[in-house]
Amino acid sequence: MTGFPFLSILTLLPLIGAVVVALIPRAKSELAKIVALGWSLLVLVLSVVMWIAFETQKGAPRFQFRESYAWIPSWDARFTFAADGIGLVMLMLIAILFPVVILASWHEVEESKRSAPTYFALLLAFEFTMIGVFAAADVFLFYVFFEIMLIPMYFIIGSFGGARRQYAAVKFFLYSLVGGLFMLAAVIGLWVVGGHTFDFAKLLGAAGGIDTNTARWIFLGFFIAFAIKAPFFPFHTWLPDAGGAAPAGAAALLVGVMDKVGTFGILRYCLPLFPEASRWFAPAALVLGVIGIIYAALLAVGQNDLKRLVSYTSIAHFGFIGIGIFAFTTQAGTGSVLYMVNHGLATGLLFIVVGMFVARRGSNLVSDFGGAGKLMPVLAGVLFFAGLASLALPGTAPFISEFLVLIGTRNSLMAYAVVATVGIILAAAYVLWMVQRTTQGTLNPALTEVPAMQKDITLREKIVVAPLILLLLLLGFYPKPVTDVINPAVQATLQDVGTTDPGPTAVATGKAR
Amino acid sequence: MGDLKLPAIDYGALSPMLILFGVACVGVLAEAFLPRKSRNTVQLGLAFLAVAAAFVAVIVEHSTRKITIGGAVAVDGPTLFLQGAILVLGAVSLMLIGERSIERGPFVSQAAITVGSQKDLRQAGDQPGATEVYPLTVFALGGMLLFVAANDLLTMFVALEVFSLPLYLLCALARRRRLLSQEAALKYFLLGSYASAFFLFGVALIYGFSGGIGLGDVHAAVANPQRSQVLLYAGLAMVAIGLLFKAALAPFHVWTPDVYQGAPTPITALMAACTKVAAFGALLRILYVAFDGVRWDFQPVLGVIASLTMLVGAILAVTQTDMKRLLAYSSIANAGYLLVGVLALNKEGLSGTMFYLVAYGFSVLAAFGIITLVRDAEGEATHLSKWAGLGRKSPLFAAVFTFILLAFAGIPLTSGFTSKFAVFGAAVEGGQTWLVIFGVITSMLIAFPYLRVVVMLWLSEPGESTPTVSIPGFLTSAALAIGVLATIALGVVPAPLIDLTRDAAEFVR
Repeated sequence: MTGFPFLSILTLLPLIGAVVVALIPRAKSELAKIVALGWSLLVLVLSVVMWIAFETQKGAPRFQFRESYAWIPSWDARFTFAADGIGLVMLMLIAILFPVVILASWHEVEESKRSAPTYFALLLAFEFTMIGVFAAADVFLFYVFFEIMLIPMYFIIGSFGGARRQYAAVKFFLYSLVGGLFMLAAVIGLWVVGGHTFDFAKLLGAAGGIDTNTARWIFLGFFIAFAIKAPFFPFHTWLPDAGGAAPAGAAALLVGVMDKVGTFGILRYCLPLFPEASRWFAPAALVLGVIGIIYAALLAVGQNDLKRLVSYTSIAHFGFIGIGIFAFTTQAGTGSVLYMVNHGLATGLLFIVVGMFVARRGSNLVSDFGGAGKLMPVLAGVLFFAGLASLALPGTAPFISEFLVLIGTRNSLMAYAVVATVGIILAAAYVLWMVQRTTQGTLNPALTEVPAMQKDITLREKIVVAPLILLLLLLGFYPKPVTDVINPAVQATLQDVGTTDPGPTAVATGKAR
Repeated sequence: MGDLKLPAIDYGALSPMLILFGVACVGVLAEAFLPRKSRNTVQLGLAFLAVAAAFVAVIVEHSTRKITIGGAVAVDGPTLFLQGAILVLGAVSLMLIGERSIERGPFVSQAAITVGSQKDLRQAGDQPGATEVYPLTVFALGGMLLFVAANDLLTMFVALEVFSLPLYLLCALARRRRLLSQEAALKYFLLGSYASAFFLFGVALIYGFSGGIGLGDVHAAVANPQRSQVLLYAGLAMVAIGLLFKAALAPFHVWTPDVYQGAPTPITALMAACTKVAAFGALLRILYVAFDGVRWDFQPVLGVIASLTMLVGAILAVTQTDMKRLLAYSSIANAGYLLVGVLALNKEGLSGTMFYLVAYGFSVLAAFGIITLVRDAEGEATHLSKWAGLGRKSPLFAAVFTFILLAFAGIPLTSGFTSKFAVFGAAVEGGQTWLVIFGVITSMLIAFPYLRVVVMLWLSEPGESTPTVSIPGFLTSAALAIGVLATIALGVVPAPLIDLTRDAAEFVR
């Protein structure tokens, strides 16, 4: 392991980029865009180097790249960064999605008469908070990033969003803030009972000594915050509004990256720190997950607004991830983490492609399209692919993760697995119906009058979607590089929870390979 | 009859207060003898000089821990820390008070002229503001220094009056909306007098209970009661009412919005920052030093008051349409959070509350500083609807105000978060988890009005009536810069101040 301070540099890099881009005058928008793109590519390069440097052989430490600097000594809060396999894949996902989204948002701002440098500076600031939240290994630091991530996203939605942007931005902010404040109470409680420290490793050691009842309350504080962030049913109502109002690129980041903080937080903080409480709450969490899958899928089927539809599919997928986490088996856990990555790629792609449709048509509504495939065959094909990936067709990456979650839950929790399977059928329904109504069938005559609709996918758009499509296919056939990184971290997490794994691990990981 | 013996007086330890009172008297003389033209400059210079000299004296005395002048004044860690805080916040308030470049200053020239008369119209136009404000402010600051140091109840009462009376006057001196200002002053004066009367009656009852007025005597009597406990509880309740009034805690908060709205904005800032420090300083000393022995009795009662305050502040803030009233309710809610810290009744509670007072003081000064700048033809445009779209017209000021609001909402990397964390952490430590949960819930409620303002600033289109942001003079710019920088610094690197409060968190008895 190298002593190079990867994580702190990775965290600070986009912040510096945000400041640089924000200082570029409005007249030089093109320059701002190029700098932002270059900066996000720089982050990507650094992440790739980190990925290569990460050790995955047997006996490698769970947390790597650890750095720690003093911050508030009297509270024992420190700038501690470290990444385990779960954190690393999320950092990688962030590093991949941000340049893609920045390129996809190239013309996003032009219609809104707002300042382009501000928009791209906000995107980079958002990347800073995202990297920070996944790289933090100090509960206080984590909480700080967990809260400040709201601010750039709030301004992105509120200033650059669609029709109901004010309402959506405020709802988004308040929901998240409510969750954050529950977590604040829990963090304070944890600090007091956990021996006046915020260091994750020290807290892990002290976790066993926390009284059962207290642990359950603190768990609940964390869980509500994460459940709102994810979001799990019934805390989900902000997401369709936020996803519907946000610019398409930002929406891709919202569901692709930010929502993962919720599930990541559960895996990183709730399960290891409060093992007994996790087991105690697991049935409730599983029920919420299953309800989320079915309920959100049903709502998605009935949606006429493309962006809201994608948001609802995302809620359904998070139900799967939640089930996988609370099944407490290695297959399901690995499946969940893999799902977090794949969902970021698939739903991110879907949102970006939907954004391309919406930008051309000037409308979010499914009913305003119809037969668009006749005008733009390639773009329609990309939408179809993104839809298939999102419904977890075999051969695309999400299939493997969904499959792992289901077999991981099958042994111990047959009933949940069966109900969740219904969600797969519904997923096919909402995706295929949406694709059919927008791109297939008779051509909507109104479309021929929109000049932008006559133009098929541009070179820039091809560059945007190509890496995501490639990754989805690659991980669909060969997920081993990712599962190798995830597996040890998931096993360590489950060990902390102290559940005996009912399924044979070797078989599960073998299948994943 | 024995010789009357003078108690030992440690002039060094008293020097911060002596300096302020002395310079305030010089200021009164200057008011009488200097020509009108040079008064403003001289008075402003004198006031700053006094505050700076007093601050130096506090620093020189930083390791003093003693009770002096016959037990009337205790100079210890909390005293010196809070005195330093009052002086620094007072200096920043003085910058706002001394601003003369906007409309010739926020104060009226002669407050006694009938509102609306010919003479009044003439003075509204072009006459410079009253310069009595400087000695009055210095008197008020001196009283506050004594208030947090008072070690017996009578000294505390005298200090209470010394800092209250100048504030009543200052409230009435607004250049614009003079009737509102006078009404505010009268309301503050009447209610304040009632509160003082309660305080004094409480002192009498406690004297009856303990046979002494020193906080040490009271402590001894509480530990080993000789007389009826009724006297103790009634006395404590009445003394507490006097202090809760000054600290603006529900149900003794009703004056706050009216006074904050009517008073000249720099004076509102002074009250929100410095009076709060003084009131909570005295409350801390009384509860921690004198009535420590009956903590189990007052803790639940004050806990209910803290909850009520947080709730009232948060809920009523939602309904406000005036910026100054909104900040007034926000300051009420913040008083509730401060009381949560006080009720921890441990060392962390003491240091956390002190940290909170300083952090909040800087933020609130910056907030009111911005309000003095947003003006239209009728002076300060405080109605919320007028702020719509300000983010487009003057992004810098809107950004600063947004940042301060985020600090009030307790977003991390601002002092609002670290200070809330400090008091809530102490309260959980002190077994007051229910108060913390209540505090967290009300924090959610009060985030909404802050957010509404942010939405107005940035997400609304500017209208015809959107006021302009005046170019601040040097003094206001400096005050704003200090307030904002302190809010950032205490959020990002709070460790030095936290350590300072921890070292100071020990009362002498």
